[in-house]
Amino acid sequence: MKTIFTYILTVLTITLFAQSAEEKGLEIAKKADLVDLGFESSSVKMTMILTNKQGQESTRFLQNKTLELTEDGDKSLVVFNSPKDVQGTATMTFTHKEGPDDQWLYLPALKRVKRISSSNKSGPFVGSEFAFEDLSSQEVEKYTYKYIEETGGNHVVERYPVDPKSGYTKQIVYWNAENFRIEKIEFFDRRGALLKTLNYGGYQLYLGKHWRADELSMENHQSNKKTKLIFEDYAFKIGLADNDFSQNSLIRAGR
Amino acid sequence: MRIQILSRIGSAWRVAILAVFFFSVLNSTLYAQEEGITREFSGNVSLENRFFLNDGIYQGQHRNYLSMSFTPEYLVEWKEGKKSIKFIGFARVDQYDSKRTHFDIRELYYQVVKTDWELSIGLKKIFWGVTESAHLVDIINQTDVVESFDGEQKLGQPMVHFSYLSTVGTFDLFAMPYFRKRQFPGREGRLRPAFLIDKGDFTFESSAEEYRPDFAIRWSHFVGAFDIGLSHFYGTGREQFFSPNADGSIDIFYGIINQTGLDVQATTGPILWKLEGILRESDFQDMKALATGIEYTFGNVWNSGIDIGLVGEYLYDDRDNLAFSSLQDDLFFATRLAFNDTQDTQILLGGIFDRERSSELISLEGSRRFGSSWKGVIEARLLNDIDTKEFIYFVREDSFLQFSLAKYF
Repeated sequence: MKTIFTYILTVLTITLFAQSAEEKGLEIAKKADLVDLGFESSSVKMTMILTNKQGQESTRFLQNKTLELTEDGDKSLVVFNSPKDVQGTATMTFTHKEGPDDQWLYLPALKRVKRISSSNKSGPFVGSEFAFEDLSSQEVEKYTYKYIEETGGNHVVERYPVDPKSGYTKQIVYWNAENFRIEKIEFFDRRGALLKTLNYGGYQLYLGKHWRADELSMENHQSNKKTKLIFEDYAFKIGLADNDFSQNSLIRAGR
Repeated sequence: MRIQILSRIGSAWRVAILAVFFFSVLNSTLYAQEEGITREFSGNVSLENRFFLNDGIYQGQHRNYLSMSFTPEYLVEWKEGKKSIKFIGFARVDQYDSKRTHFDIRELYYQVVKTDWELSIGLKKIFWGVTESAHLVDIINQTDVVESFDGEQKLGQPMVHFSYLSTVGTFDLFAMPYFRKRQFPGREGRLRPAFLIDKGDFTFESSAEEYRPDFAIRWSHFVGAFDIGLSHFYGTGREQFFSPNADGSIDIFYGIINQTGLDVQATTGPILWKLEGILRESDFQDMKALATGIEYTFGNVWNSGIDIGLVGEYLYDDRDNLAFSSLQDDLFFATRLAFNDTQDTQILLGGIFDRERSSELISLEGSRRFGSSWKGVIEARLLNDIDTKEFIYFVREDSFLQFSLAKYF
């Protein structure tokens, strides 16, 4: 009688509390998203250093502003300060949790704002090893998940892009088990082969809550090219609102 | 007396004098509040060589033209960018064409930004529209004809521009106190009509001439996949009217027009659906024009990083032979290659084909950055079998190939 009781209890425990790997993966992603909630708005200066196969470097300076939204995805503005011939070129993106993002491009020479297609996710961002989708707002809903293991203090989770236009079949994300910041992402191409590794370095804690890496290093294993992205002058809760993400703001950002 | 003095000096100079006066007044107020000011000087110098494939039809024209341009830019911002002054100048010196040797103040304006509105006072450039082959609704600025064959370069327009952001879209109001005349090429210049058009040859419908104010309003909004703009302009039309006299001479004048414009773009996946239409009314001529088409982008083709864009547009203008653009019933096809490499290499190949006539206009533009601050551009414009009835018949022998190298700073 007692053994039957124990057996029933065990089965109940498993069905009630044991999660599938998919559920656990999603839970980690949600947790990481939740931990970072509440920065409201932010701005940061970025330096992008591109290194080709021969080791030659070229540099770009950019500025980014982000407005945090919870109902839908974030809004962001990116402006180029260099190379000088594209200075003032700017993009504005309204990320959506589901469906395609809205994106506008500002061309300063013509003073023209152009709504552009956001469906080209897999293409390289200004000749770098970062694809557009690597730099867009990472909403939880954009992937499905599978928990792999906890190793070296990290939760290792596989995630699969929902959008069929993604350049990846799979990404392996290493979330720090203690504070849920991302330490590393491995990207697998459409054929399932390892394409790139992104390492997060120089983490700093802002407002006692938001972990931000000072340096992202993307290495392409197939082309042997590298891109380093350095972040400076992070500012949070800078009072940005919806009106700061209009076509007028885009024109002003680019001048 | 004042008008008399002003009439002796050229329009660009007039604008420049007003601009310098305006700038000095602003600068003095600016220095009163020195805190948190950012200043930025930038620009470019470009050397250009334009080679015409055929001899000119008109006397005095040459085959090869060397020229140089200078575009300085200056930006001052304070109060966290809520207040600013922007300046963009432009100057070109051309080897032969005395009219293409010109200078202009593209922009010089003071701007105040508040939560839901912004106000700009000064010379500014405004772009409206969605299509690639024609810019029908884009009416605020006068075209810099000597600078650009495709009409994409514009003269700075003096204005007071008020923009209001609301939940039902953006409302833009413009009051423009001064009209800028078009400058056509000089005697030794190419891409010109058989007769020379001097700025002094123009007459105006309004007795106030250039000083008759123009007004414009635009509402623009975006809802889901749609970006919509509806605009109205009332004032002196930017495009001149031609009217032949009994003695065979031609009167060229600027008339007062009312123009309503609509521009719509729907962005669905990789396809952009575009439409621009205008209705123009005046005492001399009423007209309708339409440009519509699609743009499709194949992104990251075969994982090469290259984007291939295809553009197809249809152009209609009910003025038929009187259409100054000669785009009365034409098709436009283009392909844009963006290599997305570190040097930002791009190629644009396009053609405009007349549906009823033999006229063809082929254009090729290629550009690439060298090092971190140099940019090379190749441009070719080929005119083929231009029909005698079209305005561009004047320039039928003016196919050209152009190289330019610019240094940005």
